[in-house]
Amino acid sequence: MKKIFSVIFAVIIAALPGITAFAAPSDIESLRGTKLYVYNWGEYISDGEDDTMDVNAEFEKKYGIEVIYDTYDNNEVMYSKLKGGGVSYDIVIPSDYMIERMIKEDMLEKIDYSNLENYKYIPEKYRNLRFDPTNEYSVPYTVSYVGLIYNKTLVEEAPTSWTVLWDERYTNNILMFGNPRDAFAIAQSILGMDYNTESPIAWKVAAELLKDQKNVAPNYVNDEVFLKMESGEAALAPYYVGDFLSMKENNDDLEFVYPKEGVNYFVDGCCILKGSKNKRAAELYIDFLLDPEVAKANAEYICYGSPNTAVYENPEYEYYQDEYLYPEEGSFLTQLFCNPSPETLALMSTLWDDVKNYIPSSATNNHNFFFGSDSDSSTVTDDGEKMTPEAKKYAIYIGIFVFICLAYVVFRYARKKYRESV
Amino acid sequence: MNNRSSFRTKLVSSPYIVWSVLFIIAPLIFVVYYSFTNSSGSFTLENIEALSKYIPTFLRSIWFGIVATIICLVIAFPLAYIISQKTDKIQRTMVMLVMLPMWMSFLIRTYSWMALLQDTGIINSLLAKIGIGPIHMINTSGSVILGMVYNFLPYMIMPIYSVMAKLDRSMVEAAQDLGGNRVAVIRRCIIPMSMPGVVSGITMVFVPSVSTFYISQKLGGGSFDLIGDVIERQFQQSYNYNLGASLSLVLMVLILVCMAVMNRFTGDEEGMVI
Repeated sequence: MKKIFSVIFAVIIAALPGITAFAAPSDIESLRGTKLYVYNWGEYISDGEDDTMDVNAEFEKKYGIEVIYDTYDNNEVMYSKLKGGGVSYDIVIPSDYMIERMIKEDMLEKIDYSNLENYKYIPEKYRNLRFDPTNEYSVPYTVSYVGLIYNKTLVEEAPTSWTVLWDERYTNNILMFGNPRDAFAIAQSILGMDYNTESPIAWKVAAELLKDQKNVAPNYVNDEVFLKMESGEAALAPYYVGDFLSMKENNDDLEFVYPKEGVNYFVDGCCILKGSKNKRAAELYIDFLLDPEVAKANAEYICYGSPNTAVYENPEYEYYQDEYLYPEEGSFLTQLFCNPSPETLALMSTLWDDVKNYIPSSATNNHNFFFGSDSDSSTVTDDGEKMTPEAKKYAIYIGIFVFICLAYVVFRYARKKYRESV
Repeated sequence: MNNRSSFRTKLVSSPYIVWSVLFIIAPLIFVVYYSFTNSSGSFTLENIEALSKYIPTFLRSIWFGIVATIICLVIAFPLAYIISQKTDKIQRTMVMLVMLPMWMSFLIRTYSWMALLQDTGIINSLLAKIGIGPIHMINTSGSVILGMVYNFLPYMIMPIYSVMAKLDRSMVEAAQDLGGNRVAVIRRCIIPMSMPGVVSGITMVFVPSVSTFYISQKLGGGSFDLIGDVIERQFQQSYNYNLGASLSLVLMVLILVCMAVMNRFTGDEEGMVI
């Protein structure tokens, strides 16, 4: 019996896209009581806090579809969770390069754009983007840039270039991206490289530049950037412009600049996952997110740029023509991330491990709160050499410790034998 | 009768056996499998060869683990002794106080240390008030070890305390009767008898300290890796399960070796008691 039902159910599901073409309201009505699984970035939707609109609740009220909402904090975590299996979501909102990767790996379902009444608000410049050239799989949700945040009371002059992150005057006061992709992009901007280069030498050169940055003892951060910039702990940090606007609300000394070497710009888009059990509801949800009111509430809550003309051309929008969020087009270079080949990805992660573990000879003193200054540190560390002076130091410490332990054991043993013999 | 009782024992123990096969043995097999295969699943030793690059990281992790364990031991042993000498009521309260911070999430506690230790943090602003210049504490190896000691100290205190609380008082009294002064009683009687607690305390602090990753990221500023950070990155960012698994495998073997040495060490100690 159960089997029959599931077969019927499957047939209905399969027939759904066909039906939708004819009947609009009734098929939406039939979705009442179903569930929709949404997987999105943390704090990436207006949630009703401080009198904002609770988007998920509004959606449930309007269509009677229950939204089950989960969050992640980076693309890679989201990807490994989906790849690992055992979870089934209908909607995810990954970034550009991850969308490209997921399209390539056949993880996404094509969206039926005829079901998206509000898609008209997405202007031509945000359609057919590089990661989804045929515009079949994604609907842009946010568009934003990376830039340089600085604390005007802690810098001597307003920076205009990424190279300030290598400036020794700000040693110990510099924050840096804790993830390889964004960190490499900064080095690549300075070197005038393509972010998506497949040339191993280019990546190695960029890694050398990142190693060089260790002389100013950068602090590799993720979300801690908020705490550290707002409290005035650090002077400089590369981060996303939208997050700068939230930080500025808490510390008015913070300023923002788009460095002249160029920045990364990114697009996060709504996608429907392959195997979605409620595709029509997923399309309703995406359409709902594009609704002018909803999109405005989201844009004001997230503080990221919106690709929705009904939002950014609306004078009532809180960030209407904001100089940071919507900078004049073409006033600086921008590049989009693409999905690197597996070889490049592997190379990037090994190079990143090298960068993280590189101890520059002159900066050793910064890490010696506990163990005193190491006089041997003046010897230049050779890249090919695996045992850095620091590693040798630890090896010697551990050796001494083990030796003391062994000596003690031998001593106890000898004494025991001696006492037994007496 | 005998048969039936053995059947019963089997029945009773079966949930535990199933549990340990599913959640201990099977994952270990996966770790071993991943560390000797490449991404397409064929046998390779590449992952093990790639490890030589991480020797400095291993050494650093082990050294930090040793330092944190010694500091924990030095703090915890006298504290556990003091607690065990009090009346029952005070003992209960003090044990409670030791356990209390553990009711809060480990992540939140580490994050708060970041706010405490910052250059513009709470400790430095207090120091500034009494006229001491800011001391750079965060993003140093010292703050990472502080974080380890703070987070894992209860794991050292509890086993030592529980052994000390059950010490045979008559042994102590006998030692005193035989003319031992306070120092001699502690050195010759209490320390050897509480050795089992010390050993399990050392194990419980050393193992998590060596493999920790969150503390070094938050308090160390991410400018130097511990082995846990490298492993976490292989799984979460680089999708390199194979390298991650081989790193974990080597870490496990290293810890096992350390523990074996430790046991050897205490075998002698127990010999001393008798």
